[in-house]
Amino acid sequence: MEFEWTVVVDALPALLKGARLTILIALAGLTGGLVVGFVSGLMRAYGNAAVNGLAFTYIELIRGTPIVVQVMFIYFALPTLADIRVDPLTAAIIAIVVNAGAYIAEIVRGAFLSVHKGLREAGLALGLPVWKVLVYIIGPVAFRRMIPPLGNQFIVSLKDTSLFIVIGVGELTRQGQEIMAANFRAVEIWSAVAILYLVMTGTLTLILRVTEKRMRIL
Amino acid sequence: MSIVEFKKVTKRFGALLVLDQIDLSIEAGEVVVVIGPSGSGKSTLLRCINALELIDGGNLIVDGISVRAGGSKVRLIRQEAGMVFQQFNLFPQMTALQNVAFGPQRVRGLSRREARRQAREMLAKVGLADRVDHYPGELSGGQQQRVAIARALAVKPKLMLFDEPTSALDPELRHEVLRVMQALAEEGMTMIVVTHEIAFARKVGTRLVFMEDGKIAVDGSPSDLLDSPDNVRLQEFLQHVA
Ligand SMILES: Nc1ncnc2c1ncn2[C@@H]1O[C@H](COP(=O)(O)OP(=O)(O)OP(=O)(O)O)[C@@H](O)[C@H]1O
Ligand SMILES: [Mg+2]
Repeated sequence: MEFEWTVVVDALPALLKGARLTILIALAGLTGGLVVGFVSGLMRAYGNAAVNGLAFTYIELIRGTPIVVQVMFIYFALPTLADIRVDPLTAAIIAIVVNAGAYIAEIVRGAFLSVHKGLREAGLALGLPVWKVLVYIIGPVAFRRMIPPLGNQFIVSLKDTSLFIVIGVGELTRQGQEIMAANFRAVEIWSAVAILYLVMTGTLTLILRVTEKRMRIL
Repeated sequence: MSIVEFKKVTKRFGALLVLDQIDLSIEAGEVVVVIGPSGSGKSTLLRCINALELIDGGNLIVDGISVRAGGSKVRLIRQEAGMVFQQFNLFPQMTALQNVAFGPQRVRGLSRREARRQAREMLAKVGLADRVDHYPGELSGGQQQRVAIARALAVKPKLMLFDEPTSALDPELRHEVLRVMQALAEEGMTMIVVTHEIAFARKVGTRLVFMEDGKIAVDGSPSDLLDSPDNVRLQEFLQHVA
């Protein structure tokens, strides 16, 4: 069987449209996931028993269930349960926020707790309040340590968006699936889809490498 | 009025009694050297003064403020009592200059410019004018400890606490730190120094405190105590460290 380049060329506009949606979901989802992850990670690291328990429950619920189940729940179960209706794109973004948030929380917690306690004491001994010690001393050291695992999570979440095919979001994988169903050119279409994912994850890796180089890990 | 006053201070870690009804008054200008066996409570004694450890019984007044006063009052104590740690604990993401300027800017509220100017001055004072832009990882242990001293001094404390400041250093680097501390003492700074450097105690100390099992076993003038220790345990201890 010949590899037909014209199939790829014809499919490209639709695939690129899908890729754009993939990027949008990942970007919006990870931005929200970072906020949720930082808050719940700090709750885990420094909260009292109640606050800590709350964050712990959230993290374990999410880490213990597949992301496909989570997005199905948001899209199909929430309308029945709580009369909350969302469109597929919103459901997809919320799923990434909630899912990545849980993993990022563990990254944040680990990074903050890995900072030598002598730094905290040195900050306190100068007469700083605890929050300033966290913001100016522990935070910057912890943040540098987070970059490699965060990068990893970004790539995982980006690829996880392909699972939202199950709720019919027109992201890259869904677009590939639809074109394939019409022309049956599996080799050309899935090669093109795979390469588009590689371009996106490759770019992300490159950005992370540069960031890591700029900020020495301490 | 004493600058530091322990009144029957007790400190426990769980069931372990680490400070046992300590009474101790320190006047401004004194250089108190604290010695004693490992685990006798020297670090804890020091760390109670700036409330890094909370006391369980008695009271401890530092510069007129009780360490039990809580929150913002405790921060005032810490601003008046600078601390130097055995492991330096410099902020690794900051240069020497940023480490030293940090306190004046974030604690004393000086402008960035003024904080940096003072930091340069402090670093020059500890002999590191040519190392201001180095990160802690790029400095030797002795240099790091001198930056740490400058960082504590930059907040303009009335009292300095040193917890084994030379113990983590190679012997040939110790003297540069001890010299800075001696100069500080000669300027009249009130200092409480936990150390095994007996020569420093003799030369710079105005008072020597020997701790044992959470109690102050001996308290007196360094030369008297070092030359003719009448406490048997102190005698033994001195033979060990010498
Ligand atoms: N945070 C803590 N939790 C539990 N026990 C502690 C803690 N800090 C110190 N201790 C214990 O308290 C006792 C006194 O400790 P401290 O550090 O004050 O001794 P030290 O005289 O400074 O000893 P060293 O010469 O080894 O530094 C020791 O038995 C120590 O194990
Ligand atoms: Mg100690």
